[in-house]
This record gives sequence, C-alpha cells and structure tokens, in this order.
Amino acid sequence: MSVEITSPHFKANAREALADAPLQQALAKVGPGFIGKRAAAAGKLPEFEALRDSARDIKDHTLAHLDLYLERYEAKVKEAGGHVHFAVDAAEARDIITRICRSLDAKTVTKGKSMISEEIGLNDHLEAAGIEPVETDLGEYLIQIRGEAPSHIIAPAIHLNKEQVEADFRRVHTHLSPGRNLSEPTALLAEARGELRQRFLAADVGITGANFLVAETGTSIIVTNEGNGDLTQTLPKAHIVLASLEKLVPTLEDVSQLLRVLARSATGQEMSVYTTFSTGPRRPDDVDGPGEYHVVILDNGRSGMLGGQLREMLRCIRCGACMNHCPVYHAVGGHAYGWVYPGPMGAVLTPSLIGIEKAANLPNASTFCGRCEEVCPVRIPLPKLMRHWREKEFERHLTPAPQRFGLAVWGFFARRGWLYRPATRLAMGMLALAGRRKGRFASLPLAGGWTRHRDFPAPEGGTFQAQWRARKAAEADARAAKGAAR
Amino acid sequence: MTSSRDTVFASVRRALGVTSREAPRLQEVGDRIAGHPRGLVPARAQVPPAECIALFKEMVLAAAASIDHLPSANQVPAAVAAYLRGRNLPPTILRGADPRLSALPWGQEPNLDVWIGPSDGRQLAGLSHAFAGIAESGTLVMLSGPDNPSTLNLLPDHHLVVVDAADVTADYETVWGRIRARFGAGIMPRTVNWITGPSRSADIEQTLLLGAHGPRSLHVLLVGEPV
Repeated sequence: MSVEITSPHFKANAREALADAPLQQALAKVGPGFIGKRAAAAGKLPEFEALRDSARDIKDHTLAHLDLYLERYEAKVKEAGGHVHFAVDAAEARDIITRICRSLDAKTVTKGKSMISEEIGLNDHLEAAGIEPVETDLGEYLIQIRGEAPSHIIAPAIHLNKEQVEADFRRVHTHLSPGRNLSEPTALLAEARGELRQRFLAADVGITGANFLVAETGTSIIVTNEGNGDLTQTLPKAHIVLASLEKLVPTLEDVSQLLRVLARSATGQEMSVYTTFSTGPRRPDDVDGPGEYHVVILDNGRSGMLGGQLREMLRCIRCGACMNHCPVYHAVGGHAYGWVYPGPMGAVLTPSLIGIEKAANLPNASTFCGRCEEVCPVRIPLPKLMRHWREKEFERHLTPAPQRFGLAVWGFFARRGWLYRPATRLAMGMLALAGRRKGRFASLPLAGGWTRHRDFPAPEGGTFQAQWRARKAAEADARAAKGAAR
Repeated sequence: MTSSRDTVFASVRRALGVTSREAPRLQEVGDRIAGHPRGLVPARAQVPPAECIALFKEMVLAAAASIDHLPSANQVPAAVAAYLRGRNLPPTILRGADPRLSALPWGQEPNLDVWIGPSDGRQLAGLSHAFAGIAESGTLVMLSGPDNPSTLNLLPDHHLVVVDAADVTADYETVWGRIRARFGAGIMPRTVNWITGPSRSADIEQTLLLGAHGPRSLHVLLVGEPV
C-alpha cells in the first residue's frame, strides 16, 4: 500500500465515496454492528464509566512524566536482553528496521497489524530493499493483495464485501483449484488461514506494533482476535516492535485498567482473544520464541504535541470507537480522509503529523455532534481539538476565500443586532414562503453542496431569536399567572 | 554528534518543560512503579471462591470456549482422550514438559500418544497447563518456557488447557501479584499469553468466524475445587 496523501482532496474523495455503491453497502453495516456491541458491553459493566476516568488519568499521568517512563522502559528492555532504537521520523524508523532485517539476511517478514507501519510506509520500503513483507491480519492481508490502504484502524478491510474478497483470492491464489467453492465467508477464512500458515512458519523476522509498552517491566503488548500478531512475534528469528512513544504506561496494573476499556470500546468484547505480553528475546531454557527482540520507538512529531492543547490526543488507544460512531465516517468511509488515520481521531491526529496545510479539510469534516467524545474510552475532547485546528486554519489564512468572505459578511451583520434581526427575519420569511408547499428544498441557489446529497428543510416559524423571545415571554406570563392565582 | 535518542528525549523534555532530574517527579514515578496501585477493579468477580469458579466457567463459555470440570487432575488423561474421540481426531497430543502434566497417569490411556515439545505447526491438538485463570473475563494466563512452550498456545487446531481451580483468580491484578511473587518485582517471563476463547476474525463483512490463525477450538480442563 502507499502512503500517498490525498487529504487535500477530501471533498472530491467524499463525493466519489458517496457515489460508490459497494462501499455504501459496506458502510451501512458499520453503525449497526459496532454501536450496539459497544453499548451492550459497556452496559454489562457497572464500573465502565469510572474505568474511562481511570484510563484517562493513567494516560495523563504517563504523558506528564513521559521522559522518566521512557528512561525506565528502555533500561528494562535492555535488562531483559532486548534492544531499543529511537527514531525521530518515519525515514529513520524505516532505515532501522531495514538494517535489522538485513543483518539477519531476512527474505520475508511477517507483520502483525500496525498503524505505525502504515504511517511510515514500511511495506514499500521493505520491498524496495528486496525484503518481502507479508501482512497476516486477515483485513490487512486483503488490502495488501489489493494494493490499498486500510480504511479503518481496527477493521482495515471494512470497505470490502465478500464477493470482492473472493475475486481477489482467485486472482492471487492461482496455485489452488479454480473450481473451489468460495461463496461462504468460512471458506474464505479457511483459505487465508492455509495460505498464511506457511508464511508464518517460513518468515525470518516478525514485525508487530504495540498497544502498550510497560515501563515497570520493559514489556510490549499486542491485542488481537486472530492470533496473527502473536504467531508473528513467536515464530521468526527476530521480533521487531514498532511503537510510537505515547504507548507507554507505568505498570501492569495500569495496563489492566486500559485493557478493560479497550476491547469493550472497540468490538464490544469483554476481552480480546489474545493479549500477548513480550519481554525480551528467548531465554536460555526456552524451546521457542524469537532469538532477537528489538523495539523501535517512533516520535514523528508526537513530542511536539506534548507541549500544547493536542497533548490530549496522545491519550488515544486506537480502539476505533470514534469512527464507529461518526456520521461522517458512516457516510464516506475511511479512504476519503486521504491518509492513514480516518474518522474523528484522524481529523485531529493527521494535521499534527502531516501539517494543517495538507489536512485542513479533515477537522472540517465533522457535524460536531459530539458522539466521538461521548464514546472515547480515554475521554479525548475530539470536537474541541477539531475546533482548535479550524482556528489554526483560519489564523493561517488556509480557509478558502468564499468561506472567509461568507464569514465576514455574516460577522458584519451579527455584530449589528439592529440590522441582523430584520435581515434574518426577511430571509427566513422568504425561504418559508418559497418552501411552504413541500417543507423542503431539493435544490437551492448557493447551497448546491448541501442539496446535492440531501434536502434542505424549509424554515417553519420565525428566527431563532424571535422564537427565543416568544418563549421567554410565555414563561414570564405563566409565572405571572401562577403568582396571581396564589 | 547527537543521537536520535538524545533528540527525542530533548524534544520530550522541552515540550514538558522538565529536565528529568526534578526530585518530586522522580519520586512520583518511582513510587508508582514500586507501589503499582490497583486502580478500579470491577466488583463482578469480588465474590467467594465457589461463585468465582462459577463466574469463570460462565465467562469461558461466553468466549466460545468449552469446559470440563474434573474432580481431580488424575482424570485429565481420560478427558483428553474423550475430547479427541468426540471430535474424530487422532489419539495424539503434544504437550510441554510441565511437571504437573508429567505427573498425570497417562498410562491409563494406552491408546493416547503423548509427545513433548514445542509445536512446529503440524499437530492437531496441544495441551498446556495454565499459570492462572481469571474469572472476570474467562481468561487463561499462560507463561512461556520449556514447561509450556508458547507455540502450543497458537499453532494446533485444538488447544486443551489444564487449570487448577486453586489458580482461578478474580481479576488481572491478582495474577500480576502472583507473577511478581514468582519472578521478582519488575521481572516478566519472556511471554505471557492471555487467552480468552478460540481465535476469530470479523474482517469479512463484519461476520464473526472462529478459527482465524490460532486454534479453532479452545477446551478448558478445570481441575479440583478452590481452596
């Protein structure tokens, strides 16, 4: 897959996505699937809301002491016989990993699902170096053989349907009988299992991400349902962990708090199937496990986020709940966001990592309905942080001219109430009159961007201000009437 | 020449406005690691031992695994043989060198072939002894090493796991306490696998299917009663 950035073309991407029938069919399942499962899992645990507070506090405490926890973590990994490499940016992380693979004469590497790997474009780089990367998470495998990027951070192939998967398997697995039956998802899963089993056993190096790094013990943790990342880090000669620096947590007890909210928020499970804690390489009396253990800790702009308002974004544990509950994500899917991280978390993180110049559309791709913040297990105020980026965009004159002009016109009126009130009254009155028959507009001059995909409701009564005044007056009358009756 | 390590640390310290030498911060971090406070532990599993075992069984089943509750460890060989027979599997099982498994009366099942060692992916069934079970979520805790090689947890199609009722704990935190007691503060075995049910994937149209890359079936052999 490539890390080509198409975020500047979000609007065109979104238009395409809205017209893509198979994609819309796949997206229709996102909300019903994830939302109900998360709600049910949260409902079964009376302490869930309090655990979210606890999770937030653990991450805040860690970030405020990140220098010290990083030092401790590094020392403990070394003590266990592992190596820690620091990478300032993506290029350096790619080079470190390639160097380790070359030192082991690696021909193939298996990979557990890692968003950081996507962020640094690792696969392209490995291929260029003559090393074959094999994605082993089923969803990641599907998008790898299609040459696509993930469209969701925990369900990378959520944009595909089973007919597409069948076609891809027939195209790629040409050594298997063309007459085989692949109509059922179980057959597709069995085929992927068979194909990848050989790759697991043959791989020279296994690369995984990390859900958490534990300072107390120098442990890296991955969470999977398939067992793929776990095989990836158990079978090859070397295990390389690629993690960004905000994955640190202080202790095993702290991790346990976070694990209690992670799976529930992500898939609605009580606990994911496999939670694997790895500390250093194979021990002297071990009969399996990797001979070398490396951790590559990536900064890539995150230390800069620590200093300001965006520090809160570094609490993110990548559960995907924000996008699972986002009406914009439901409508356009993950690819429209144009880079690695989609949905509300992507709308905040992407501008931090690739620059607001390229990502200005993303924090604007929100209705500010607030559902993302309502479900975030570490209580990241995503709408507030998106607003932060909108302000930055405006300050830096990145907002398109028509929008700036429109805001200036509105601002002119809004600052002059004696003008604003009659002007809005007139406009609302005219719209109500024009739309009185249907109660909505299928098209409207200057609002084509809105009405192309949905109707614009016609105003039903006076302006907001007029209604507010009327309501206050009615309340005052009612109070007066009550007083008179007493 | 400054290393990337120095650059990253300098950048973190600059953003936080710290030097990494402030006594109160060092104290706070040192205390947290030494004291590893438990945080909020759900009330769900904070119940008497018999109820804890009942909850463990319930959660194991909820995670799509199966479970046998045996009065004593001596029944394990027969239960293993019965499991394999019941699923039309060859009477062969691979296990680690765990003395608790070696001590079992395997001779009572003369038709059962028991092999010892790590898995190379060719075995249909593997047997491990868990370090602990966790009632809160029906999770098994496996430690790596020659006694219970990690490959047995992941490669065979069928994974059978013995867990002593006395080792079923209420919560994750209790297990960490036991691991510290065994290995020392701040020390972990190479791999700790938490396993909650058989392998699964929902990556095709969000349809949940069992048997992705790890075992298709997970069978728990719970042994004895809690003390």
